[in-house]
Amino acid sequence: MSPAEQSQRSRSTRNGWLLSAPALTLLFLAASGPLLIVLVYSFLTPGQYGNVVWDFSLDGWIGILFTRDIFDGTMNLADAHLTIFWRSVKLSLMTTALTFALGFPTAWFIATRPPAQRAMWLFLITIPFWTNLLIRTFAINEVIRNEGLMNTVLTGLGLISEPIRLINTDTAVFIGMAYVYLPLMVLPLFAAIDRFDMKLLEAGYDLYASRMQVLRHVIVPIVKPGIVAGSILVFVPSLGAYVTPRVLGGGKNMMIGNFIELQFGQGRNWPLGAALSMALLLIVMAALLVYVRASTKGSNPHG
Amino acid sequence: MTQKVAITAQNVVKAFGQGAAAVRALDDVSVDIATGEFFTLLGPSGCGKTTLLRLIAGFEMPTAGKILIDGADVTEMPPNRRPVNTVFQSYALFPHLTVAENIGFGLKMQGRPKAEVAATTTEMLALVKLDAMADRKISQLSGGQQQRVALARALAPRPKVLLLDEPLSALDLKLRKKMQVELKRLQTETGITFVFVTHDQEEALTMSDRIAVMSAGKIQQIGAPREIYTRPVNRFVASFVGETNFLPVTATPQGARLSTGDVIAAEGEGSVLIVRPEQLRLGPAGVGAGLAAKVTGVVYFGTDIHVNLSLADGTALTARVPSPVDGGADFATGQDVAVTFQPGAARLIRE
Repeated sequence: MSPAEQSQRSRSTRNGWLLSAPALTLLFLAASGPLLIVLVYSFLTPGQYGNVVWDFSLDGWIGILFTRDIFDGTMNLADAHLTIFWRSVKLSLMTTALTFALGFPTAWFIATRPPAQRAMWLFLITIPFWTNLLIRTFAINEVIRNEGLMNTVLTGLGLISEPIRLINTDTAVFIGMAYVYLPLMVLPLFAAIDRFDMKLLEAGYDLYASRMQVLRHVIVPIVKPGIVAGSILVFVPSLGAYVTPRVLGGGKNMMIGNFIELQFGQGRNWPLGAALSMALLLIVMAALLVYVRASTKGSNPHG
Repeated sequence: MTQKVAITAQNVVKAFGQGAAAVRALDDVSVDIATGEFFTLLGPSGCGKTTLLRLIAGFEMPTAGKILIDGADVTEMPPNRRPVNTVFQSYALFPHLTVAENIGFGLKMQGRPKAEVAATTTEMLALVKLDAMADRKISQLSGGQQQRVALARALAPRPKVLLLDEPLSALDLKLRKKMQVELKRLQTETGITFVFVTHDQEEALTMSDRIAVMSAGKIQQIGAPREIYTRPVNRFVASFVGETNFLPVTATPQGARLSTGDVIAAEGEGSVLIVRPEQLRLGPAGVGAGLAAKVTGVVYFGTDIHVNLSLADGTALTARVPSPVDGGADFATGQDVAVTFQPGAARLIRE
């Protein structure tokens, strides 16, 4: 490379950084600022009216897993908190699994349509995004509640005599989250399947692979980046879901998101809320690490 | 013929689309391909050659007719249970697997023991001279190397028949020539029946034991390369395989009478006389026998020159003569020449 070319290249690199500087600054401040505040608050003492007192304390972090007995002051494992954590992880995993089970055939169907039709199908998939999440969740509520559409129709047809009690159960939250996050699974899967060379299916069959073997040894490994992306896009927001468990799960079937909100609201325990938020962040990061590690290992059989 | 038959197509019809809009890609095609043969399906795009190959592979079901492999009816059998393997035009190699894993894929799917898969893979890598590339990813290979992986992958399970769908069309000329020799060597070494699809007549002539020339969903002629070239049965075969002069004639007891009135001895019967350009001889006008013609153009090709001629009544004709040693033109536009046919060169075909 000549010196002239080198200086031109370094100039264009510098220009690139300069152009993206405003956005990068904004992103950095907006991401790190609030996070920093939350981190600091998690080590402070709760104030009487829901603010914080600037006294260092680990009570917020201890409060994630333990509760102090109000009579003798002993520390006990907080079963209620663990139940909430477990419910969050369980429902998020189930949601990811269900959206994958529904999303994969859907994405495959769209990717195998003639190019002219694909845009329409993708458009239909994104239509739910046009409506506010809260309104969509209330719509689900309207369908599945005891006197809602589903139960009215089924009772009217004489198929059931008692309404199916779904609302305010984990199942309701599960259905709601699967509905809300399904497009987030379909879109990355579609992008991966769209790039998949369908000739490889014929190559697989030609080389004595059955349909299941083609799925396992050809399709899944090749579209894996789409599966990973879709799973992350569904799992992460599911874990922190707030609106759906609030509307469909009622007050009892809380998930981490609702529990955190409770600490900043009625609970008046900001340090605990902040510590819970940080814990959620850590859980998400740990889950992502495990997932990405596992999925990259699978693609390299020599590793 | 006492040879064993590897593949039989019986009155195979393949129609795409429904009702009146249906297109017959194959129209009542019957052919027997012998075991151990290098058989080529030759024709222009859309002639049905690839469709026939896909029917043998099992990727398509015939609308009517039967496909037999080694005497067994496989018409309804899915591709993964047929003892044939395909080398795809685009290679269709698995991008997530290494070279060795691609080659071992078929054996692995058949559930062969690991040791056997490894041994055969090593053997195939040596056969296509890719030993050093075993652990490379497909994306790290050149087009020619990918081509060889595709071949090795299809040969590894020792199929009864290897189907090749225009496998050389993506390669540049030099590499293509090299691979033609390579393919022929592989076929001789393995003794596997090859069914090769191409639109390149030179490729077909140089490699095949027998060629089926196809057009419009039908087989026009089946024969050895020499037979196809020297005794084409109709105008399509004569014009698709090599270059040919077509002259309208009327049959007389003495021979075929040209539009100029000259009479020429010709084999066969029909109203069109065909003669290959390289089987014409050009001599000085007025000396000895020969058709009187005028040179209308000369095109230099290196190894030979093409001389465009016009007979007395204006009928156009092309002769191909060896290049003069000194590189200068032997013929000039406007020159009068006498055209003679090599003995046996002229043949008659039906229109």
